[in-house]
Order: sequence, then C-alpha cells, then structure tokens
Amino acid sequence: MNLITRGFHGRRGGDPTRIPPGQYETHDFPVLTVGPTPRVDTDTWTFTITTETGARHTWTWEQLLALPQESPHTDIHCVTRWSKLDTDWTGVSLDTLLEDVETTAEYALAHSHGGYTTDLPLQDLTDGQAWIAHTFDGHPLDPEHGGPARLLVPHLYFWKSAKWISGLTLLDEDEPGFWEQAGYHDYGDPWREQRYRGD
Amino acid sequence: MARWTPATLEADRWETPTARTLVLSVPGWTGHRPGQHVDVRLRAEDGYTAERSYSIASASAPDRLELTVQLDPDGEVSPYLVGDFAVGDRVEVRGPLGGWFVWDTTAPDPVVLIGGGSGIVPLMAMVRERHRTGSRALFRLLYSLRTPEDRYYRTELGPAADPGVDVFVAYTRTAPPGSARGPERLSVADLNTHGFPAEFAPVCFVCGPTGFVETAADGLLALGHAPDRIRTERYGAGGRR
Ligand SMILES: Cc1cc2nc3c(=O)[nH]c(=O)nc-3n(C[C@H](O)[C@H](O)[C@H](O)COP(=O)(O)OP(=O)(O)OC[C@H]3O[C@@H](n4cnc5c(N)ncnc54)[C@H](O)[C@@H]3O)c2cc1C
Repeated sequence: MNLITRGFHGRRGGDPTRIPPGQYETHDFPVLTVGPTPRVDTDTWTFTITTETGARHTWTWEQLLALPQESPHTDIHCVTRWSKLDTDWTGVSLDTLLEDVETTAEYALAHSHGGYTTDLPLQDLTDGQAWIAHTFDGHPLDPEHGGPARLLVPHLYFWKSAKWISGLTLLDEDEPGFWEQAGYHDYGDPWREQRYRGD
Repeated sequence: MARWTPATLEADRWETPTARTLVLSVPGWTGHRPGQHVDVRLRAEDGYTAERSYSIASASAPDRLELTVQLDPDGEVSPYLVGDFAVGDRVEVRGPLGGWFVWDTTAPDPVVLIGGGSGIVPLMAMVRERHRTGSRALFRLLYSLRTPEDRYYRTELGPAADPGVDVFVAYTRTAPPGSARGPERLSVADLNTHGFPAEFAPVCFVCGPTGFVETAADGLLALGHAPDRIRTERYGAGGRR
C-alpha cells in the first residue's frame, strides 16, 4: 500500500547510497540512552572477554591504550532515525582483542557499566568491523556518548555499539540483550530497516 | 507491531501557537502503554518518504491516539504536521513502540515525572492513563519550560486538577508576573523539593531534549535515587525543543 500524505513534499537531498531507508542526516550527535549516564573512571576501568568455557581475558585502561590503535572513518545510524556521516574514531580493533581468545562461539553479549546488554553475532565483531573506541573526532569520548569507551559496530544500528562497554560474553546460543528484550531487533541492519523485533 | 497502518487526522487542538495536538483515527489500533511512541511515515506524491518518532499523548484507547507535535521551524516533518496537515489527511503510523520508558499502571510505587518542553508529552499520557485506570499511585510532575506561553495541557495540568498529581512548573526564561520563583533552570533543589525523597524509591521518568535529560537525571542521582529507578527518553541533540 502506498498511502500519499496530501501536501507533503519533504526535503530531499540525502545521499541514498549513504543514508539508509527511513533515516535522515544530522550534524548533531543525539543520544539514545534509557537511564542516567554512568560516570566510569579509567583508573578502575577494565574490559573483559569471557568465552563460552568461562575463560577470561581482561585489559586495563593502560593495557588497552598500549595495543595497536586504529582510526576508523565511518557513517553511523541510530534507530531513532538519525544518521551521522563521516565520523572519526580511535580505538582497538576487536580482531586485536580476540587474537589470543580460544573460541568457537557464534554470538556475543556486550555488557555495559550500568547494566545494559546487547547481543550480536560474533562474526559481526571480527574482520575489521568492530572496535573498542575511546576517542571521537580527536577528543576523549564524552560520557553521554559512551565514554570512556564504547563498542563501535557501525554497520549495525547504533544501540548495538554498546556504550560504557565493560565486556563481552561469548555464547554458543544467542541471548537477547536489554535492548532486544525492550523490543528492538536481534540483528539491527539499518539497510534492511531492522528496527524492531519482527521487522 | 511492525506493521504500518493508515492514520487519518480527525481533529486537532492547539496547545500553544507552535504546538499542535493531532487526534488520529487509526482503525485496528488496540491501545498502548503510557510512555510508548509511534513512528510516523509521510509519503510525498513522488514516493519520497520521511519518518519520525512521536510519543503518544493520550491514554490507551482503541482505534484512536493523540500526538502533540512541537514546531521546529528548521525541521522537515514538524512544520508539515503542525502547519499543513489538515483534517481528513492521512499519514501512516506503526507501534506502539518502546518497552522501557513505560509506566506500569498496576504498580503502587510513587512516580516522579520530569519533562522539559515537548518532553511533557509521554508524561501526559501517564497522567491520563492513571485517571483512566483509577490508579492511586501518587504522582509528582516537574515541568520545565521557557515561558508561560509554551505551556501545554493547561487545564489538565492546571492548579488542583487532581489531588493525586502534584504539578510544579519551572519557567526558565520568563516567569508569570508575580511568581515567587524567578526564571531559572530546573535545579537539584527543585528536584528535591518537588519530587519524592529517594527513600520512597519512586520510579522516575525524565523526558526532553538531551541536555535537559542529562542534567535532570544527574540531579536525581545526586539526590540518591538508584540508577535503575530512573528511566529516560531523549528527543534530540539540541536544547531547542
Ligand atoms: C522516542 C521519541 C519521541 C518523540 N516524541 C516527540 C513528541 O512527542 N513531540 C515532538 O514534538 N517531538 C518528538 N520527538 C522528536 C521528533 O521525532 C522530531 O525529531 C522532531 O519533530 C523534529 O523533526 P523535524 O523533521 O521537524 O526536524 P528535522 O528535519 O529532523 O530537523 C531537526 C533539526 O535539525 C536541523 N537540521 C536538519 N537538517 C539539517 C541539515 N541538513 N543541516 C543542519 N541542520 C539540520 C534543523 O535545524 C532542525 O532544527 C520525539 C523523538 C523521539 C526519538
């Protein structure tokens, strides 16, 4: 059904090869969070990968910064309909962090300080697709945008890029996270408009 | 939940000169929980579409819902919905969406509602749903807005409209003549005086522009409210709405 809204003309101009359907370009940096912003101290910050067998790999803030750093330049897409093009980040590739991790898991559950979780297929976190990012546009990442460090998975809707990341649990079976239990899609591909469960 | 459904403008009300309540007839709509939103899709003659999210302002009802849209003169969708959308015109909606920024009508806990500007909309839905369901939960509403002219829902959120719902209004730019409180931003002292003490473990809903929500949520934390009792909805980046 193609219902026309009489008298609506709209404002075109977004690049359809870069702005996914239903999104619009913003030059701001809106915030999607469902609670207060946690303030996480880098002195006590750790990032832990726990495998399906229970093995744990933990990095402190200094250890994270001592790893090889990458600077992805990318577009990001929030489920609340804004897309932000040409963003610059610095962080550590998940490929680097997973290098010495023995796993055959297929899924990951990302955990945040503050208790939020979100689930992703592990294959979406590897091969240069995901980072633990701590710098945005040359500045330390603001707490409201997930600082000191967030997951960055730009090819999925941005709630999958868990803010205030504290760890990943690797799982054999998918386990819906906080957002997904609240009705968001399990995978969240912006190009297929997988916003909500059932899309 | 994910299906797009036609919605026809049945009636409207002006809340302020720049904010309009849209009464939509949505055949097949089965109701919603207070705090949820819908996505609205507009399609131009040539097939171009624009989509935005709007909180539901009304209490749950079949086949019908109300939105209140604040004009952003530089925006794409709100100027159409506030200015051009006429009775009988149609858009598509889908929802209800959002499962977290939702008040549980069966919970007896006290409720603190904190809204900035158009962030009052989902909070109004909670107040209306409280009436509809006969809930006895005690509500305290703190409503921050720039000037008296910007105030929505004047009668329903007017003085002594409901003894179970205390309403405090913080004017940030211009206060009404003769008011004791000068124009100033909603402060931690306001939250302390007009909210519930943290010991009562109220559930707190905060909605509005991002900066407003950040400040109010931080204030609640400073007053000792538990992070998991503070639910927030952020409407956009700017302090403009
Ligand atoms: C869950 C949720 C619930 C919401 N509920 C409500 C509600 O109840 N009531 C309400 O009024 N709003 C609500 N909103 C906000 C609403 O979705 C829209 O964001 C709002 O109406 C503005 O949309 P717009 O199309 O008019 O403006 P947009 O076109 O999105 O523009 C927004 C701003 O961005 C700027 N901008 C746009 N394009 C550009 C550009 N190319 N370059 C530079 N700047 C640009 C404009 O200056 C404008 O000020 C809600 C949002 C969310 C996420």
